[in-house]
Amino acid sequence: MNRDQIFEKVQEIFRDIFDDEDLNISDSTSSNDIEDWDSLNHINIVVAIEKEFKIKFNFNELSSLKDVGAMVDLMIEKIKNNE
Amino acid sequence: MINSLTYPFDVATILRKKKAIKRELMLTDPQTEIKIAILGGSTTDEMKNVLELFLLKSGFLPQFYQSEYNKFYEDAVFENEELKLFKPDIILIHTSVVNLIQHPRYTDTEAEVDQLLKAELHKYQTIWQSLAQYNCAIIQNNFDLPLNRSLGSLDCYDIHGKTHFINKLNLAFSGAANEIKNLYINDINYLSAYIGIKNWFDRNLWHSAKYALNFDSMPLYAQQVTNIVEAIIGKTKKCLVLDLDNTCWGGIIGDDGLDGIALGNETAQGESFMYFQQYVKELKDRGVILAVCSKNENNLAKEGFAHPDSILKLEDFTSFQANWEPKSENIKNIATQINIGLDSLVFIDDNAVEREIVSSQLPMVSVPNTGSDVINFVDHLEKNGFFEVVSLSSDDINRNKFYKDNTDRIEQQLQFESYDDFLRSLNMKAEIKPFSPLYLDRITQLINKTNQFNLTTKRYTIGEITSIATSKDYISIYGKLADKFGDNGLIAILVGAIKGDVCHLDLWLMSCRVLKRNMEFAMLDALIEACKSKGVTEVIGYYYRTPKNNMVAKFYELMGFELIAENGEDSTWKLQVATYQTKNNLIKIENE
Repeated sequence: MNRDQIFEKVQEIFRDIFDDEDLNISDSTSSNDIEDWDSLNHINIVVAIEKEFKIKFNFNELSSLKDVGAMVDLMIEKIKNNE
Repeated sequence: MINSLTYPFDVATILRKKKAIKRELMLTDPQTEIKIAILGGSTTDEMKNVLELFLLKSGFLPQFYQSEYNKFYEDAVFENEELKLFKPDIILIHTSVVNLIQHPRYTDTEAEVDQLLKAELHKYQTIWQSLAQYNCAIIQNNFDLPLNRSLGSLDCYDIHGKTHFINKLNLAFSGAANEIKNLYINDINYLSAYIGIKNWFDRNLWHSAKYALNFDSMPLYAQQVTNIVEAIIGKTKKCLVLDLDNTCWGGIIGDDGLDGIALGNETAQGESFMYFQQYVKELKDRGVILAVCSKNENNLAKEGFAHPDSILKLEDFTSFQANWEPKSENIKNIATQINIGLDSLVFIDDNAVEREIVSSQLPMVSVPNTGSDVINFVDHLEKNGFFEVVSLSSDDINRNKFYKDNTDRIEQQLQFESYDDFLRSLNMKAEIKPFSPLYLDRITQLINKTNQFNLTTKRYTIGEITSIATSKDYISIYGKLADKFGDNGLIAILVGAIKGDVCHLDLWLMSCRVLKRNMEFAMLDALIEACKSKGVTEVIGYYYRTPKNNMVAKFYELMGFELIAENGEDSTWKLQVATYQTKNNLIKIENE
C-alpha cells in the first residue's frame, strides 16, 4: 500500500466518523479545521484506523499527532513494521 | 447497516458509521420515549453513542443525561437540579473495577478487610438510597475482575486478594438487588469474562481517554444494557418458534427416520443438537412459550420428539405447525392460536431461504441470522437478548400452563394407580382393517421408513403393496389409533403370506410413537380373526436382526409365540390359532 492509497482510506474513515461524504482532508488538516474533531472523536478516529490497518498506537504517540500528515506518516511506519 | 446491530455485531461498521446508522434507525420511526441518565465512573461518551443505536433498534427513542467524568457519586448523592428536571426513567450507574480506589493491604487484619468491604458497599448503598427519590429503575454494573493480579491464583482465595474482594462485593450487590425494588444488576463480571478481560479492558484507551471499556466490547455491553431495559419495560419476546430438521435434530426425520436423525451423545453433531434443546428447555421451564413451524408430515415431525435423546418433548410445545404451507402462514397461525402479537415471536431456522421468507413477509417477527450450524443458535438467542428477564415470577414459570391446550400425558400417567388405568383413561380407539386403496401410499411409506419396531425390515414398492392388498393369498392389516389427545394416524402394519393352513408373517411393524399402548395386542387379535376366516391354523413369525430393531428381539415371546428355530441372531416363532385368547381389552375397535 502506498501513501496515496493509505491516505484515501484515512479520508474514508474521516468521512464516516464525521458523517460527511464531501469532507476532503489534506496533510495539513488538523483538529482546528474540523469543528467536531474534539478529543472524543480523536479517539474514534484512532480506533477506526487501528481496526482498518491492524496496527496499534500507544498513548505517547497519540498526543504527538498534530495533523493528518503526521498521522499518516506514523501509520506508514507501523504498517511497514507489521510486514 | 442496521443489520450490523444484530448479533454477531459488525463492530467496525458500528463504530465508524454510527451517525449514518442512527439516521437509518430514525427512519424506522421508533416510538417509545425513554430518558436514560448515565452516571459514569469512567468516560461514557462513546458507550452512550453505541447504546443509543441499540435502544433505537429496539424501538426506543432515548434521551440521555451524562454525569461529568467520574462524578457518579456526586451526581447521585448531592442535590442535583439538572437530573431532577431531566426526570429519568432509567439510571445506569456505569462503574467498574477502576472505581475501586482502595483494595485490602497485605497488612490488614480480617476485620479491617471486612471494614473496607462494608465501606465500599456503603458508598453504593448511599447512591441507591439517594436515587430512590427519582422513583425510577436503577441499573447498576457489578465489578469486572482486574486485568492484573500480583498474587496470581492466590488472589481469589486470600482475604487480601483483589479478586476475593471483588467477588464478595459482587455477591453483596446481588443481595442488594434482591432486596431493593427497582435495582437491577448489569452483570459485567460475566460479560468481561465472556469477552475476555484482556479484550474487555484496553490499557491504552484507559490511560489516554479514561475509557474503562474497550471500543470493541461496547456493542455487547450496549446490547446487554438494552436487554435489561427491554425486560424492565416489558418489551421482551414471549414465544420461540422452531424449525425441526437440522434445527432441533440433525438430518431429516422424513428421510432418515427416527433412528437416522442426529441427536444424542454418540456423535458431536448429535450432542450439539442436545445442547441446543437443553437451552430451549430451560427457556420453556421459565415461561417462554414454544412452538414448532416445520415443513414436514405432521406425524413424522412429532415422532422426532419421541427420540430417546430428545430433551424437548412433544408436550413442551404449545403450538405445533408441521405441514407444507408457507412458514409465514404457519407463524401467523401460531400467533393467532396462542393469542399473542407477531412482535412477540422469535423464529429459528437453519435454512436461510425460510428465514428470508419469514422476515420479509412478517417483519414484526424476530428472525436472527443464525446461519445453518446449530452450534451458533444459542448465542444468537442469548446475545440478542430476546428473552431477557429481570425477575422470575411464578406467573412466568407457570405461563406455559395457562397457554397449554395439550395436556401433559406423562403427568397424567403419574396420577393413575396402574399403567392399565392410565391407558384406559386415554379412551383409545383403533381402526384395524385390511389394506384399502386410500391408505396404500401411507402404508408403503411407513413400511419403508420404519426401522425400530420392525420384525423383518422387508421393503416393498407401492406396486407390490397394491397386489398384496388385492391378493387372496395374503392377510394384510393396517391399524390406526386415536386417543383423547388426538389422532396418531395409521401407525401399524401386518402382512402375512398364506401357504396351505399356515400364515407366514412377512411383515409386522409399528411406529414407535404408539409404543406401550397395547396396539400390538389389538393387531394380533385382528390377525387371528383373519386367520380363522381363512382356515389358517398356525402362524409363523420371523425376527430378522438388523442394527436397529433390537427392541423387538423378544417381541414374539411377549406375544405368546413359541420359539421353533434360531439361526445366529435371527429366530422363528410359532403360534396356534385354536388356543389363542384375545389379548386387547383396552383399545376400543371401531371399524365402520
